[in-house]
Amino acid sequence: MSETNDNSKSKFHGLWALTNRELKKWLKEPILLFMAVLQPVIWMGLFGKAMNLGGMFSSSNFGNINIPNITLPGYSVIPQYTSGNVTIPGNVLSQIFQPVFSNIGPSVMQNVFGVTDYFSYMSVGMISFIVMFTTMFSGMSMVWDRRLGFLNKVLSTPVSRGGIILSKVLNATLRAMFQATIILTLAVIFGLQVSSTFNVLNILGVYAAIFLVCVGLSSVFLALALRSTKQETQMAIVNLINLPLMFASNTFFPISMMPDWIQVIARVNPISYLTDTIRQLTVLPLNASSLMLDFTYLGIFAAVFSVIGITLSWRYLTK
Amino acid sequence: MSEEVIKAEGLTKVFNKHLTAVDHVNFSVKQGEVFGFLGPNGAGKTTTINMLITILKPTEGKASVLGFDIAKQDNNVRNVIGVVPQEYTADEDLTGLENVLLCSDLYGIPRNVAKERAMDLLKLVELTDFKDKKVQTYSGGMRRRLELACGLINRPKVLFLDEPTLGLDVQTRTATWDYIRKLKKEFGMTLFMTTHYLEEADALCDRVVIIDHGKIVVVGSPEELKHSLGGDLITLAIKENDDVSGLIQKVEHVKEVHKEDRTYRIKAEIGEVTTPFIIEALRKNGYTVTRLSLTEPTLNEVYLEYTGRSLRDAEESRETFRAQRMTMWRARH
Repeated sequence: MSETNDNSKSKFHGLWALTNRELKKWLKEPILLFMAVLQPVIWMGLFGKAMNLGGMFSSSNFGNINIPNITLPGYSVIPQYTSGNVTIPGNVLSQIFQPVFSNIGPSVMQNVFGVTDYFSYMSVGMISFIVMFTTMFSGMSMVWDRRLGFLNKVLSTPVSRGGIILSKVLNATLRAMFQATIILTLAVIFGLQVSSTFNVLNILGVYAAIFLVCVGLSSVFLALALRSTKQETQMAIVNLINLPLMFASNTFFPISMMPDWIQVIARVNPISYLTDTIRQLTVLPLNASSLMLDFTYLGIFAAVFSVIGITLSWRYLTK
Repeated sequence: MSEEVIKAEGLTKVFNKHLTAVDHVNFSVKQGEVFGFLGPNGAGKTTTINMLITILKPTEGKASVLGFDIAKQDNNVRNVIGVVPQEYTADEDLTGLENVLLCSDLYGIPRNVAKERAMDLLKLVELTDFKDKKVQTYSGGMRRRLELACGLINRPKVLFLDEPTLGLDVQTRTATWDYIRKLKKEFGMTLFMTTHYLEEADALCDRVVIIDHGKIVVVGSPEELKHSLGGDLITLAIKENDDVSGLIQKVEHVKEVHKEDRTYRIKAEIGEVTTPFIIEALRKNGYTVTRLSLTEPTLNEVYLEYTGRSLRDAEESRETFRAQRMTMWRARH
């Protein structure tokens, strides 16, 4: 024992050992990583590619719209005419408007989504998706550690309580960031179009935003996991809130188009801010002031939720 | 050698304000002894051990391990103790060696020292050949040994073992006992263990506490406890028809004599010493002993005497036990 007493005084002693344990376990089961990444990839395919919202407005879809003949008072066409009507045949009109129609699609997309292809819009949302799922389920490992007695064993060693909690948070964060990287890479391969303001440094901003959300969410779900006696409880809670939280955000659709009551939820939902941040840094033209707002919100979210989560966990572990 | 390693005074744990798991318990453990907590499931053994290993905070009273207060100096306690928990806590997905090294990291032992120690410990528990196999492939006995290696990585002065042989077959259990004896003999380690196996307490412990409903019923060495029952039972028969009760009663250490026909049931202290004297006395007076048996009381009888129920009876009420366990679980979490 003698030599161990000297180097075990750090507040976060044991943090890396515990994080490393989980990462090791994780890396030994590549199937888990595969499954975790597969889900958002399927969604990217089904929603992003199959639901071709941009294509809906393409000129070919206007092809058989019947444009009637239009009869106008003669003076509106040639002012000298004071009486009589001018009739323009529908087929002439449809020929004239054809180029206009083909511009409607991209314009509508641009106005609603900010990008001309829906895939770019939603595949960025999938990064939020994987971040949310990874952090929410990260609490599960705590439920297992408690059930199997590992937590008690660790508690009987001089590992700091803060180290135990932070190792879980750190583990969730590292996992989520790694998986987000894979999703982003796949999205680029599948045809994500980055905006003109994109540069490599923006990636750092993306990671910063992911980091903030991960820390906030995983702290809270960790506290929850410490208190729920069964992993089913944790599962039920996660399943109950993850989809609503995702749909009541800008992951799939812009908030401004939603009914008021959903807008209320979406505007406090951290997932909206995360998605918006990543979008601005990748596919949308960057708007400095709204990016600042996003980061401020995420920063406050991370601070408040991690303080709540870590305090609750701490109290549980030292009771 | 009579230094007090563990000392508990009025140690109490109440869960949820109404469930008293441990009720004002006092005891002390001396340097180098194997100290056993014996009792049925749900008697408060694990709660006591959890308080001593600083997982739970006592509701009332205090305890110290090697002079460190378990509540106020918990980190000092953690540094000097080793714990072998009831459950198999080793990580299934990691190898035996990785698990031991993980434990060493938790104590902040430098890698080079840790590797050497881990190899020594794996050799001690005879897992060297399996060190690079995933724990998934280990048998129950191997897992238990791995837990033992993990519990010893910080060279503890006191080792806590919670039900060290729970769920092991007889052969593995005996092997585990040998490891425990080895620790005591070779390292002079103080061991604190809980068990609900009487044979185990009898075979290993220098002193035993019987705990029931959170209260200590009796403390003493297994021998003392057995003797406290009033001694051994000697049963003998003689050829002749005479009543020799008076004659037997006169022999030193004989406490009670019951006559049934030609058979005498004699309660005597230290039966193995007293018996020859009884035979001697009978033969001197011309009587012939035709049959003789000497029964030493077991801890089971001790248990029966002090708790009013046999330990096995207590074990049998599984439904009650389960209900109790469930309440405890809910109360704790």
